[in-house]
Amino acid sequence: MVNTMSSPTVLARPATHTDAETPVRKAEAKDLSFYYGAFQALKNIDMAVHEKKVTALIGPSGCGKSTFLRCFNRMHDLYPGNRYEGEIRFYPDDTNLLGRDVDPIEVRMRISMVFQKPNPFPKSIFENVAYGLRVRGLRSRRALEEKVEQALRGAGLWDEAKDRLQDLAFNLSGGQQQRLCIARALATDPEMLLFDEPTSALDPIATGIIEELIHNLKNKVTILIVTHNMQQAARVSDYTAYMYLGELVEFGVTDEIFIKPTKKETEDYITGRFG
Amino acid sequence: MASEHLSKQYDNDLETLRSSVLQMGGMVESQIRSAIEAFGSGNPELINQVIATEFRVDECEVNIDNNCSHIIVKRQPAAGDLRLIMAIMKTVTDLERIGDEAEKIARMSKQIHERGKAQLNSFANIRHAAEIAVGMLRQALDAFARLDAGEAAKVIRKDLAIDNEFRSILRQLITFMMEDPRTISTALEVVWIAKAVERIGDHAKNIAEEVIYIVKGTDIRHTRFVETEQ
Repeated sequence: MVNTMSSPTVLARPATHTDAETPVRKAEAKDLSFYYGAFQALKNIDMAVHEKKVTALIGPSGCGKSTFLRCFNRMHDLYPGNRYEGEIRFYPDDTNLLGRDVDPIEVRMRISMVFQKPNPFPKSIFENVAYGLRVRGLRSRRALEEKVEQALRGAGLWDEAKDRLQDLAFNLSGGQQQRLCIARALATDPEMLLFDEPTSALDPIATGIIEELIHNLKNKVTILIVTHNMQQAARVSDYTAYMYLGELVEFGVTDEIFIKPTKKETEDYITGRFG
Repeated sequence: MASEHLSKQYDNDLETLRSSVLQMGGMVESQIRSAIEAFGSGNPELINQVIATEFRVDECEVNIDNNCSHIIVKRQPAAGDLRLIMAIMKTVTDLERIGDEAEKIARMSKQIHERGKAQLNSFANIRHAAEIAVGMLRQALDAFARLDAGEAAKVIRKDLAIDNEFRSILRQLITFMMEDPRTISTALEVVWIAKAVERIGDHAKNIAEEVIYIVKGTDIRHTRFVETEQ
């Protein structure tokens, strides 16, 4: 079995923790640095992401958490002048996601992303979810319908959308649009989902629905989520990473981080103190 | 937890809460002293005063718990702040129970002195045990005020001394009762007083354990933490 506790940044789980299973590594950043031109936004990050668990990235604005998240599906490739150093290993095949020989489109099929604001395509609900499948070459209407239903069910939107699949996606409410984006992300059966502040544009009820959804989705996929809402990180995640000025300050089991963090910087941040 | 919160009001709320715990602790400490003095003298005014203080102690407990709820709902405290609030909620319960024990001592003293002068020479022993208990309480409250885990550990170690005192008083009272059965009623009341003093020591120990929880984040209740730390 893979020993996931060998990294110095991973805290040992407390003996009293009820979850006895040993977490399995799904991805692992190794000495990862990232540059926007001359500016170094990430500094030598070593961190594991555990399979079928939710890992939250927290930290003040500009600390690099979104930058880190976007490295996982090569979003930075879209802009010139950006540069990665180090690796992100992706398991079980041990691929380096940042490798030059690795196709970013393939990476994005395996690692989907949901953004801060719902951004459905100007198409029907059905076509939004089917889009990625069509890109993949799926043509059979029946197979598409099956996959779309499965994805919408996975995103908890099927009951609300099944009678209006041909409606324009913009006719949905904000929370429904965000769930549609999650369904779109799920349609290609990704192994990992990246959430970049997925509820910051939503009201508390829609937020609650998305949080519940994240909880249910972790049975199927590995989730990495950036959030400014620390209570949300405490509620939805199994592991939490605190970042500051492009560095990973502390990583550990969420309950430990929020009750007994080991670093003073983490304590100051989560208790709302001056650094 | 030395640095300040971004919200000054949050700092003020926590500081007010900490002060009110210490104030309640001071009130309870003087209540025990008065109760023990009343046991010695039988002064009815003092006895009534101890019993009356109990209402104020109860009021403190309710107010502090209420303030804790407000902070939880408004601030969602985490880490050290969360541990402080949780520890305060438990500490005030212990302080209130110490108040109950003081009241019990006063009520027993009243009965003993109304019955007439007891032929038991137990006051000095009880006072000695009570001094240890009050000392433990004061030290636990000092440890809370300074968030000093080392001082709190010392309180926990002292609990053994008070348990020994209680057993010694009990042996002495059993001897009295065997020698002269007419002392049984009074001796039983003195046993209750000795037991109340011993319980005060237990509550002081609980408060000390809460201080260690605040400072170290380790829940040492029902463990041999202090012995192993030595």
